[in-house]
Amino acid sequence: MSDSDLRKETILAAANNLRWEVGDNLHDTLMESIYENATSIANKVVEYPDKKQAFSLDRTLDKVLTSRYLGFPIMFMILAVVFWITIVGANYPSVFISSILVDSLHPMLKNFTNSFMPWWLSGLLIDGAYLAMAWVVSVMLPPMAIFFPVYTLLEDFGYLPRVAFNMDPLYKKVGAHGRQALTMAMGFGCNAAGVVATRVIDSPRERLIAIITNNFSLCNGRWPTQILIATIFIGAAAPAYLAGIASAAAVVFVAVLGITFSLIVSWGLSKTLLKGEASAFSLELPPYRPPRLLQTLYTSLIDRTIFVLWRAVVFALPAGMVIWLIANVTIEGNSLANHFINWANPAAFIFGLNGVIILAYIIAIPANEIVIPTVLMLTVANLGLNNLGSGSGVMFELDSVADTAQILHAGGWTLLTGINLMLFSLLHNPCSTTIYTIYKETKSVKWTVISTFLPIILGLTVTFFVTQLWRIFS
Amino acid sequence: MNSLELNNCANCPVHNMGNLKKLGIDMSSFDFVVALAGNPNTGKSTVFNYLTGLRQHTGNWPGKTVTRAEGGFEYNSKRFKLVDLPGTYSLLSTSTDEEVARDFILFGQPDVTVIVADATRLERNLNLVLQILEITNRAVLCLNLMDEARRNGIKVEDRTLSKELGIPVVVASARQGEGMAELINMIFEVASGKYICKPYRIKSNSSELNDAIEKLSKEIEKEFPGLPNLRWVALRLLEGDQSIIDAIRSGNLGNLKKQELVGIENA
Repeated sequence: MSDSDLRKETILAAANNLRWEVGDNLHDTLMESIYENATSIANKVVEYPDKKQAFSLDRTLDKVLTSRYLGFPIMFMILAVVFWITIVGANYPSVFISSILVDSLHPMLKNFTNSFMPWWLSGLLIDGAYLAMAWVVSVMLPPMAIFFPVYTLLEDFGYLPRVAFNMDPLYKKVGAHGRQALTMAMGFGCNAAGVVATRVIDSPRERLIAIITNNFSLCNGRWPTQILIATIFIGAAAPAYLAGIASAAAVVFVAVLGITFSLIVSWGLSKTLLKGEASAFSLELPPYRPPRLLQTLYTSLIDRTIFVLWRAVVFALPAGMVIWLIANVTIEGNSLANHFINWANPAAFIFGLNGVIILAYIIAIPANEIVIPTVLMLTVANLGLNNLGSGSGVMFELDSVADTAQILHAGGWTLLTGINLMLFSLLHNPCSTTIYTIYKETKSVKWTVISTFLPIILGLTVTFFVTQLWRIFS
Repeated sequence: MNSLELNNCANCPVHNMGNLKKLGIDMSSFDFVVALAGNPNTGKSTVFNYLTGLRQHTGNWPGKTVTRAEGGFEYNSKRFKLVDLPGTYSLLSTSTDEEVARDFILFGQPDVTVIVADATRLERNLNLVLQILEITNRAVLCLNLMDEARRNGIKVEDRTLSKELGIPVVVASARQGEGMAELINMIFEVASGKYICKPYRIKSNSSELNDAIEKLSKEIEKEFPGLPNLRWVALRLLEGDQSIIDAIRSGNLGNLKKQELVGIENA
């Protein structure tokens, strides 16, 4: 041992001895000293107003928003209003954008590229990549441009910690950490971000639970799917004047179902694989702040809308090419897509889904955002709906929700398929970005695999029972 | 401070914001490293965005920032690298986000640590301020959210506070950009050594604790002379903090002076 090493060990030995002298309440003594010092300084420099007056508005708001009886109903109401605004508001710009990108630009591009490209190249680029991109933009941009700013306003105002406060007792009951409510709320934006946010949880056991269950928060990429399918199938099943409210209620229901599943799964994990008691923590409720409208609009557009849209476009381009390829490469007179769809159909039928949905979810592993465009393109290709396009794997004139509905109905979709797609969209594997993030955060293949497959198993179980019950009772 | 004085400050060339150049993520060949620490939800990321021109996501809830964000700015032809740390209530616990903050202040050896505090909750925020002052000799307190404090009728004697803590105190409301010019100037003064801090040290009533810290500090100084945060290291050793024990065994503690930034990577 060198001199230096010896000295180092002397330090550590001295620390061990002194620790006995100080006694085992060192931590408490220290904390007490810090608090006393802080209080004495604060008393010298801070002058508070008449206590009665201060914070009265914040207090009153908190009393209502976190009230035992009103807290949850208000939470659901706020969620429902946000979705209702999104659903009602998004349809018009959607029509406008797709009429430009799909109706006008697509034929122009097609004619232009056809003049000097072989048919397969222009098909791959324009009917595959470009159309998938155009679809993602027109389906996703309007709801996101409405949903995210509203969500960000709520966040800036200070409502999210109140949600966490309301949820905290529930999480504690199922043996999870109360801060999981916050990471769950973060997951409503993006699951990968939600998984990173679990770093605020210090117990590894509770952090793992939070990571595994974060996927049950509907993310950016899945909101548009929920909203669109709810509009087409749930909204249409209700009387016209109730359509908006019915669809919004359906989306809220799925979101709340997600929260319920996160509670159930947390409970299951803390009773089996990750046994333990919930640890205590303090949750600070920040003051309400009047949101700055313009700033919020700007940052939510840059941070969220454009970011998510860009991600969707980046993934849609190659996915569009893949879709075009599998729809146009044929074996024994039938396309690859059709082979798979026909092969998967019987199995999918048991779960009230169909082969198209299964294939779409495989293609869309990199990004949930492209599920709907993929479903539509595959349905068109599978049916050979040539009146809707100039070749298989191509979609045309889908300039409104009504047309989308038409395609899905032509593909044999029923209300049950719609419901099951909404359920499966909630309960399936996380996107590849999230899976990678889970691996980076846990450094464990085992937990990554569990986080990936547990939701799929749950999703198939739930859709199976829903389908069987539906078929028995209808 | 009345409005006339404020105007005088704004007219003073030292406070001229024209000197500020937001460098965004360009952090090449910086002269000083500045850390942003503080309780959760006190507006660290807002200050960060203001100084660097970047747009880190900000939100009104604690725990928004869990990793370290970095950016740069230039002032008085000096280049500063600014590191936004996760918010923490103390430096004594073991959650990952708090470790990121603690390790950076301790091992990253920033030239200046800006402690962002919530003026409406000063007493609670001071707990962290005092802990940080145990670790570092060069800090600036940014008393943020003053607009809210004023709205609630809370008054803070910033000059007395500065005297008590022995570091510059800047009254600010970062959302509105208030106090940012003064903050930059103070960062510059502390970094360049024009302002010498005399940070407050926590006084304990327990003589056993005080004695133990003193004895242990002496032992550590023999092996690691010139360590700036002896008392803190001694305290953590007394508590049996494994990461400090490891840092002593590996000699990492001694590298503090040499290395400008020990890479505490958050995976």
